[in-house]
Amino acid sequence: MMPGVFDALPALVNGNEPLVRRGRYCTTTFLVEVGETAWLVSVHAGRVDRVERGPFLLRAWSFAVRAPAEAWQKFWAPVPAPGFHDIFAMTKGGHARVEGDLQPLMANLGFIKDLLAAPRRRA
Amino acid sequence: MADLEPIVGRYLGVDLGGRPHRVYFEEAGQGIPLVCLHTAGADGRQFRHLMNDAAVTRHYRVLAFDMPWHGKSFPPAGWHDEEYTLTTRGYVDMIMTFIRTLALERPVVLGCSIGGKIVLELARLHAPAFRALIGLESADYQAPWYDDTGWLHRPDVHGGEVCGALMSGLIAPQSPGETRWDTLWMYMQGGPGVFKGDLFFYRADGDFRDRVGQIDTSRCPLYLLTGEYDFSCTPEDTLRTAEKIPGARVTIMKEIGHFPMSENPTQFRKYILPVLDEIRAHRA
Repeated sequence: MMPGVFDALPALVNGNEPLVRRGRYCTTTFLVEVGETAWLVSVHAGRVDRVERGPFLLRAWSFAVRAPAEAWQKFWAPVPAPGFHDIFAMTKGGHARVEGDLQPLMANLGFIKDLLAAPRRRA
Repeated sequence: MADLEPIVGRYLGVDLGGRPHRVYFEEAGQGIPLVCLHTAGADGRQFRHLMNDAAVTRHYRVLAFDMPWHGKSFPPAGWHDEEYTLTTRGYVDMIMTFIRTLALERPVVLGCSIGGKIVLELARLHAPAFRALIGLESADYQAPWYDDTGWLHRPDVHGGEVCGALMSGLIAPQSPGETRWDTLWMYMQGGPGVFKGDLFFYRADGDFRDRVGQIDTSRCPLYLLTGEYDFSCTPEDTLRTAEKIPGARVTIMKEIGHFPMSENPTQFRKYILPVLDEIRAHRA
Protein backbone atom coordinates (compact mmCIF):
# COMPACT_ATOMS: atom_id res chain seq x y z
CA MET A 1 0.00 0.00 0.00
CA MET A 2 2.70 2.47 0.95
CA PRO A 3 4.59 2.47 -2.38
CA GLY A 4 1.24 3.10 -4.06
CA VAL A 5 0.63 6.12 -1.90
CA PHE A 6 3.95 7.69 -2.81
CA ASP A 7 3.75 6.74 -6.47
CA ALA A 8 0.40 8.50 -6.63
CA LEU A 9 1.52 11.60 -4.73
CA PRO A 10 2.79 13.71 -7.67
CA ALA A 11 -0.44 13.27 -9.62
CA LEU A 12 -2.60 13.85 -6.54
CA VAL A 13 -0.86 17.14 -5.78
CA ASN A 14 0.04 18.42 -9.25
CA GLY A 15 -3.45 17.68 -10.51
CA ASN A 16 -4.97 19.79 -7.74
CA GLU A 17 -4.63 23.31 -9.09
CA PRO A 18 -5.84 25.19 -5.97
CA LEU A 19 -3.40 23.19 -3.83
CA VAL A 20 -0.49 23.95 -6.17
CA ARG A 21 -1.42 27.65 -6.09
CA ARG A 22 -1.42 27.64 -2.29
CA GLY A 23 2.02 26.03 -2.32
CA ARG A 24 3.54 28.26 -4.99
CA TYR A 25 6.12 29.73 -2.59
CA CYS A 26 7.19 26.30 -1.32
CA THR A 27 10.38 24.80 -2.71
CA THR A 28 12.03 22.22 -0.48
CA THR A 29 12.89 18.54 -0.09
CA PHE A 30 11.53 16.80 2.98
CA LEU A 31 11.73 13.31 4.42
CA VAL A 32 8.79 11.08 5.18
CA GLU A 33 9.48 7.89 7.09
CA VAL A 34 6.96 5.08 7.02
CA GLY A 35 8.29 2.71 9.61
CA GLU A 36 11.75 1.70 8.37
CA THR A 37 11.20 2.99 4.84
CA ALA A 38 12.32 6.51 3.98
CA TRP A 39 10.94 8.68 1.19
CA LEU A 40 12.27 11.99 -0.05
CA VAL A 41 9.62 14.32 -1.44
CA SER A 42 10.96 17.19 -3.58
CA VAL A 43 8.60 20.11 -4.04
CA HIS A 44 9.24 22.95 -6.48
CA ALA A 45 6.87 25.95 -6.46
CA GLY A 46 4.01 23.90 -5.09
CA ARG A 47 4.45 20.94 -7.45
CA VAL A 48 5.84 17.55 -6.40
CA ASP A 49 8.86 17.20 -8.68
CA ARG A 50 10.17 13.91 -7.43
CA VAL A 51 9.45 11.17 -4.92
CA GLU A 52 12.31 8.80 -4.16
CA ARG A 53 12.45 5.71 -2.00
CA GLY A 54 15.40 5.19 0.34
CA PRO A 55 17.68 4.11 1.80
CA PHE A 56 19.62 7.30 1.20
CA LEU A 57 23.30 8.10 1.57
CA LEU A 58 24.46 11.65 2.24
CA ARG A 59 21.20 13.23 1.13
CA ALA A 60 19.98 16.52 2.60
CA TRP A 61 16.43 17.39 3.55
CA SER A 62 14.78 20.26 5.44
CA PHE A 63 12.31 18.61 7.80
CA ALA A 64 11.19 15.07 8.49
CA VAL A 65 7.87 13.50 9.41
CA ARG A 66 8.30 10.03 10.86
CA ALA A 67 5.63 7.53 11.89
CA PRO A 68 5.05 3.76 11.90
CA ALA A 69 3.23 2.29 8.89
CA GLU A 70 0.11 1.62 10.98
CA ALA A 71 -0.12 5.29 11.97
CA TRP A 72 0.15 6.45 8.34
CA GLN A 73 -2.49 3.92 7.35
CA LYS A 74 -4.86 5.43 9.91
CA PHE A 75 -3.89 8.95 8.82
CA TRP A 76 -4.74 8.13 5.19
CA ALA A 77 -8.13 6.55 5.98
CA PRO A 78 -10.92 8.33 4.09
CA VAL A 79 -12.35 9.53 7.41
CA PRO A 80 -9.50 9.24 9.91
CA ALA A 81 -10.22 8.46 13.54
CA PRO A 82 -9.61 11.06 16.29
CA GLY A 83 -5.89 11.32 17.01
CA PHE A 84 -4.93 10.27 13.47
CA HIS A 85 -6.60 13.09 11.53
CA ASP A 86 -3.67 15.55 11.67
CA ILE A 87 0.12 15.23 11.86
CA PHE A 88 0.19 17.26 15.08
CA ALA A 89 -2.54 15.12 16.61
CA MET A 90 -0.21 12.20 15.87
CA THR A 91 2.87 13.92 17.34
CA LYS A 92 0.98 14.84 20.52
CA GLY A 93 -0.28 11.28 20.80
CA GLY A 94 3.23 9.88 20.38
CA HIS A 95 2.43 8.30 17.00
CA ALA A 96 4.67 10.56 14.89
CA ARG A 97 7.72 12.82 15.11
CA VAL A 98 8.35 16.06 13.26
CA GLU A 99 12.03 17.03 13.19
CA GLY A 100 14.67 19.08 11.41
CA ASP A 101 14.46 22.65 10.09
CA LEU A 102 10.85 23.52 10.77
CA GLN A 103 10.84 26.95 9.12
CA PRO A 104 9.97 25.65 5.62
CA LEU A 105 7.25 23.51 7.21
CA MET A 106 5.74 26.31 9.28
CA ALA A 107 5.97 28.86 6.47
CA ASN A 108 3.99 26.50 4.19
CA LEU A 109 2.09 24.54 6.82
CA GLY A 110 -1.37 24.55 5.24
CA PHE A 111 0.03 23.39 1.92
CA ILE A 112 2.29 20.68 3.39
CA LYS A 113 -0.49 19.32 5.61
CA ASP A 114 -2.83 19.07 2.64
CA LEU A 115 -0.07 17.50 0.52
CA LEU A 116 0.48 14.83 3.16
CA ALA A 117 -3.26 14.23 3.42
CA ALA A 118 -3.77 14.12 -0.37
CA PRO A 119 -3.76 10.27 -0.51
CA ARG A 120 -7.05 10.32 1.44
CA ARG A 121 -8.72 11.49 -1.75
CA ARG A 122 -7.92 8.19 -3.46
CA ALA A 123 -10.53 6.31 -1.45
CA MET B 1 -36.69 42.23 0.29
CA ALA B 2 -33.27 42.68 1.90
CA ASP B 3 -31.78 39.53 3.38
CA LEU B 4 -31.13 41.03 6.82
CA GLU B 5 -30.00 38.80 9.66
CA PRO B 6 -31.30 39.47 13.18
CA ILE B 7 -27.75 40.11 14.45
CA VAL B 8 -26.99 43.70 15.52
CA GLY B 9 -23.51 45.00 16.32
CA ARG B 10 -22.55 47.93 18.58
CA TYR B 11 -19.50 49.43 20.28
CA LEU B 12 -19.22 49.73 24.04
CA GLY B 13 -16.81 51.97 25.94
CA VAL B 14 -15.38 50.25 29.02
CA ASP B 15 -12.48 50.69 31.38
CA LEU B 16 -10.26 47.60 31.58
CA GLY B 17 -7.12 47.49 33.67
CA GLY B 18 -7.38 51.24 34.19
CA ARG B 19 -7.40 51.99 30.45
CA PRO B 20 -10.27 52.98 28.19
CA HIS B 21 -11.27 50.37 25.62
CA ARG B 22 -13.74 50.35 22.76
CA VAL B 23 -15.27 46.89 22.65
CA TYR B 24 -17.37 45.58 19.78
CA PHE B 25 -20.19 43.17 20.47
CA GLU B 26 -23.05 41.59 18.59
CA GLU B 27 -26.36 40.36 19.84
CA ALA B 28 -29.56 38.71 18.71
CA GLY B 29 -32.68 37.42 20.43
CA GLN B 30 -34.61 38.11 23.58
CA GLY B 31 -34.86 36.50 26.98
CA ILE B 32 -32.21 35.05 29.24
CA PRO B 33 -28.85 36.71 28.50
CA LEU B 34 -26.39 34.22 27.00
CA VAL B 35 -22.88 35.70 26.85
CA CYS B 36 -20.60 33.84 24.43
CA LEU B 37 -16.79 33.87 24.68
CA HIS B 38 -14.76 33.19 21.54
CA THR B 39 -11.61 31.08 21.27
CA ALA B 40 -8.02 32.36 21.36
CA GLY B 41 -6.95 34.30 18.30
CA ALA B 42 -10.47 34.52 16.84
CA ASP B 43 -13.54 36.73 17.44
CA GLY B 44 -17.26 36.78 18.13
CA ARG B 45 -18.22 35.84 14.58
CA GLN B 46 -17.78 32.25 15.72
CA PHE B 47 -21.27 32.53 17.22
CA ARG B 48 -23.09 33.77 14.13
CA HIS B 49 -24.89 30.47 13.62
CA LEU B 50 -26.09 30.39 17.22
CA MET B 51 -27.35 33.97 16.82
CA ASN B 52 -29.18 33.05 13.62
CA ASP B 53 -30.87 30.03 15.20
CA ALA B 54 -34.47 30.89 16.11
CA ALA B 55 -34.61 27.88 18.43
CA VAL B 56 -32.01 29.70 20.54
CA THR B 57 -32.95 33.36 20.11
CA ARG B 58 -36.62 32.72 20.91
CA HIS B 59 -35.60 32.24 24.55
CA TYR B 60 -32.14 33.72 24.83
CA ARG B 61 -30.58 37.12 24.22
CA VAL B 62 -27.28 35.93 22.73
CA LEU B 63 -24.35 38.34 23.06
CA ALA B 64 -20.75 37.94 21.93
CA PHE B 65 -18.03 40.54 22.33
CA ASP B 66 -14.72 40.66 20.53
CA MET B 67 -12.00 40.74 23.18
CA PRO B 68 -9.72 43.80 22.94
CA TRP B 69 -7.10 43.16 20.22
CA HIS B 70 -9.55 40.82 18.42
CA GLY B 71 -12.06 41.26 15.61
CA LYS B 72 -13.47 44.80 15.55
CA SER B 73 -12.26 45.72 19.05
CA PHE B 74 -9.08 47.78 18.86
CA PRO B 75 -6.18 47.28 21.22
CA PRO B 76 -5.92 50.06 23.81
CA ALA B 77 -3.98 53.20 22.89
CA GLY B 78 -0.25 52.61 23.19
CA TRP B 79 -0.48 48.97 22.08
CA HIS B 80 2.40 49.32 19.62
CA ASP B 81 4.85 49.64 22.51
CA GLU B 82 3.80 46.53 24.38
CA GLU B 83 3.43 42.78 24.00
CA TYR B 84 -0.15 41.54 24.34
CA THR B 85 -0.65 38.93 27.06
CA LEU B 86 -3.98 37.59 28.31
CA THR B 87 -4.06 36.77 32.03
CA THR B 88 -6.63 34.99 34.16
CA ARG B 89 -7.28 38.09 36.23
CA GLY B 90 -7.64 40.38 33.20
CA TYR B 91 -9.95 37.93 31.45
CA VAL B 92 -12.29 37.55 34.45
CA ASP B 93 -12.37 41.33 34.86
CA MET B 94 -13.20 41.80 31.16
CA ILE B 95 -16.17 39.41 31.31
CA MET B 96 -17.55 40.77 34.58
CA THR B 97 -17.16 44.37 33.33
CA PHE B 98 -19.05 43.57 30.12
CA ILE B 99 -21.89 41.96 32.07
CA ARG B 100 -22.05 44.75 34.64
CA THR B 101 -21.89 47.58 32.10
CA LEU B 102 -24.75 46.14 30.04
CA ALA B 103 -26.68 45.36 33.25
CA LEU B 104 -27.18 41.73 32.22
CA GLU B 105 -28.99 39.96 35.03
CA ARG B 106 -27.67 36.52 35.95
CA PRO B 107 -26.63 35.57 32.45
CA VAL B 108 -25.61 32.17 31.19
CA VAL B 109 -22.00 32.27 30.00
CA LEU B 110 -20.90 29.90 27.23
CA GLY B 111 -17.21 29.95 26.35
CA CYS B 112 -15.04 27.87 24.05
CA SER B 113 -11.38 26.92 24.52
CA ILE B 114 -9.90 29.87 26.44
CA GLY B 115 -13.54 30.85 26.94
CA GLY B 116 -14.32 27.36 28.18
CA LYS B 117 -11.35 27.47 30.52
CA ILE B 118 -12.27 30.85 32.05
CA VAL B 119 -15.79 29.55 32.69
CA LEU B 120 -14.19 27.31 35.34
CA GLU B 121 -12.79 30.36 37.09
CA LEU B 122 -16.12 32.18 36.83
CA ALA B 123 -17.74 29.14 38.46
CA ARG B 124 -15.22 29.22 41.29
CA LEU B 125 -15.22 32.96 41.97
CA HIS B 126 -18.62 34.30 40.91
CA ALA B 127 -21.12 31.42 40.86
CA PRO B 128 -24.12 33.43 42.21
CA ALA B 129 -23.76 35.91 39.35
CA PHE B 130 -24.71 33.28 36.75
CA ARG B 131 -27.77 31.23 35.91
CA ALA B 132 -25.55 28.52 34.43
CA LEU B 133 -22.09 28.12 32.93
CA ILE B 134 -21.17 26.19 29.80
CA GLY B 135 -17.58 25.31 28.91
CA LEU B 136 -16.84 24.02 25.42
CA GLU B 137 -13.45 22.38 24.93
CA SER B 138 -12.77 23.18 28.57
CA ALA B 139 -10.27 21.71 31.03
CA ASP B 140 -8.34 22.72 34.12
CA TYR B 141 -5.16 21.86 32.18
CA GLN B 142 -4.22 20.42 28.82
CA ALA B 143 -0.79 19.16 27.75
CA PRO B 144 0.73 21.40 25.04
CA TRP B 145 0.97 20.09 21.49
CA TYR B 146 3.76 22.45 20.55
CA ASP B 147 6.60 23.66 22.72
CA ASP B 148 7.25 26.94 20.98
CA THR B 149 4.48 29.49 20.41
CA GLY B 150 7.13 31.66 18.76
CA TRP B 151 6.09 30.15 15.40
CA LEU B 152 2.92 32.21 15.66
CA HIS B 153 4.72 35.56 15.50
CA ARG B 154 7.96 35.89 13.57
CA PRO B 155 8.76 37.66 10.33
CA ASP B 156 9.74 34.62 8.27
CA VAL B 157 6.43 32.82 8.84
CA HIS B 158 3.15 34.50 7.87
CA GLY B 159 1.17 34.76 11.11
CA GLY B 160 -2.27 34.46 9.56
CA GLU B 161 -1.32 31.51 7.39
CA VAL B 162 0.35 29.56 10.18
CA CYS B 163 -2.42 30.23 12.73
CA GLY B 164 -5.01 28.99 10.24
CA ALA B 165 -2.93 25.97 9.25
CA LEU B 166 -2.29 24.95 12.85
CA MET B 167 -5.98 25.23 13.72
CA SER B 168 -7.06 23.24 10.66
CA GLY B 169 -6.08 20.04 12.43
CA LEU B 170 -8.36 20.80 15.36
CA ILE B 171 -11.43 20.69 13.10
CA ALA B 172 -13.17 17.34 12.70
CA PRO B 173 -12.85 15.76 9.24
CA GLN B 174 -16.65 15.55 9.03
CA SER B 175 -17.13 19.32 9.36
CA PRO B 176 -18.46 20.92 6.16
CA GLY B 177 -16.00 22.78 3.93
CA GLU B 178 -17.74 26.15 4.17
CA THR B 179 -17.80 26.34 7.95
CA ARG B 180 -14.33 24.79 8.23
CA TRP B 181 -12.83 27.55 6.09
CA ASP B 182 -14.95 30.26 7.81
CA THR B 183 -13.40 29.11 11.07
CA LEU B 184 -9.88 29.24 9.66
CA TRP B 185 -10.45 32.66 8.07
CA MET B 186 -10.99 34.18 11.51
CA TYR B 187 -7.62 32.79 12.59
CA MET B 188 -5.99 34.08 9.42
CA GLN B 189 -7.30 37.58 10.24
CA GLY B 190 -5.85 37.83 13.74
CA GLY B 191 -3.40 40.63 14.55
CA PRO B 192 0.33 39.88 14.92
CA GLY B 193 1.08 38.11 18.18
CA VAL B 194 -2.52 38.15 19.42
CA PHE B 195 -3.09 34.39 19.26
CA LYS B 196 0.25 33.90 20.95
CA GLY B 197 -0.76 36.35 23.69
CA ASP B 198 -4.00 34.47 24.28
CA LEU B 199 -2.12 31.20 24.54
CA PHE B 200 -0.20 32.52 27.53
CA PHE B 201 -3.48 32.19 29.39
CA TYR B 202 -4.43 28.88 27.74
CA ARG B 203 -1.10 27.18 28.28
CA ALA B 204 0.51 28.81 31.32
CA ASP B 205 -1.53 31.19 33.47
CA GLY B 206 -4.73 29.16 33.18
CA ASP B 207 -3.48 26.01 34.90
CA PHE B 208 -6.41 25.48 37.27
CA ARG B 209 -5.58 21.99 38.50
CA ASP B 210 -5.13 23.28 42.03
CA ARG B 211 -8.47 25.06 42.25
CA VAL B 212 -11.30 23.48 40.22
CA GLY B 213 -12.09 21.31 43.24
CA GLN B 214 -13.44 24.46 44.90
CA ILE B 215 -16.26 24.79 42.35
CA ASP B 216 -19.69 24.24 43.89
CA THR B 217 -22.20 23.29 41.19
CA SER B 218 -25.09 23.58 43.66
CA ARG B 219 -24.58 27.34 43.42
CA CYS B 220 -24.45 27.36 39.63
CA PRO B 221 -24.90 24.48 37.17
CA LEU B 222 -21.83 23.68 35.08
CA TYR B 223 -21.95 21.96 31.69
CA LEU B 224 -18.81 20.80 29.89
CA LEU B 225 -18.99 19.72 26.25
CA THR B 226 -15.93 18.59 24.27
CA GLY B 227 -15.51 17.37 20.70
CA GLU B 228 -14.04 13.92 20.08
CA TYR B 229 -11.58 15.30 17.48
CA ASP B 230 -10.13 17.98 19.78
CA PHE B 231 -6.53 17.00 20.47
CA SER B 232 -5.75 20.35 22.14
CA CYS B 233 -8.31 19.99 24.92
CA THR B 234 -9.09 16.29 24.66
CA PRO B 235 -12.20 14.50 25.90
CA GLU B 236 -9.91 12.91 28.52
CA ASP B 237 -8.83 16.38 29.73
CA THR B 238 -12.46 17.41 30.19
CA LEU B 239 -13.46 14.14 31.87
CA ARG B 240 -10.50 14.36 34.25
CA THR B 241 -11.47 17.94 35.11
CA ALA B 242 -15.10 16.99 35.72
CA GLU B 243 -14.06 14.21 38.10
CA LYS B 244 -12.86 16.93 40.48
CA ILE B 245 -16.13 18.90 40.26
CA PRO B 246 -19.13 17.07 41.77
CA GLY B 247 -22.25 17.77 39.73
CA ALA B 248 -20.47 18.90 36.55
CA ARG B 249 -22.26 17.53 33.49
CA VAL B 250 -20.04 16.26 30.68
CA THR B 251 -20.94 15.53 27.07
CA ILE B 252 -18.45 14.25 24.49
CA MET B 253 -19.59 15.44 21.08
CA LYS B 254 -19.24 13.15 18.05
CA GLU B 255 -17.78 14.41 14.76
CA ILE B 256 -16.71 17.72 16.32
CA GLY B 257 -13.30 19.23 17.03
CA HIS B 258 -12.18 22.33 18.92
CA PHE B 259 -14.68 24.81 17.38
CA PRO B 260 -18.16 23.29 17.79
CA MET B 261 -20.25 26.41 17.17
CA SER B 262 -18.39 27.51 14.05
CA GLU B 263 -16.95 24.36 12.44
CA ASN B 264 -20.18 22.37 12.37
CA PRO B 265 -23.16 24.36 13.68
CA THR B 266 -25.69 21.73 12.58
CA GLN B 267 -23.97 19.01 14.59
CA PHE B 268 -23.37 21.34 17.55
CA ARG B 269 -27.03 22.34 17.92
CA LYS B 270 -27.92 18.68 18.55
CA TYR B 271 -25.84 18.96 21.71
CA ILE B 272 -26.36 22.55 22.83
CA LEU B 273 -30.15 22.89 22.39
CA PRO B 274 -30.95 20.26 25.05
CA VAL B 275 -28.54 22.03 27.45
CA LEU B 276 -30.16 25.41 26.81
CA ASP B 277 -33.63 23.88 27.23
CA GLU B 278 -32.62 22.33 30.53
CA ILE B 279 -31.20 25.62 31.82
CA ARG B 280 -34.39 27.42 30.84
CA ALA B 281 -36.54 24.82 32.59
CA HIS B 282 -34.60 25.36 35.81
CA ARG B 283 -34.76 29.15 35.74
CA ALA B 284 -34.82 30.52 39.22
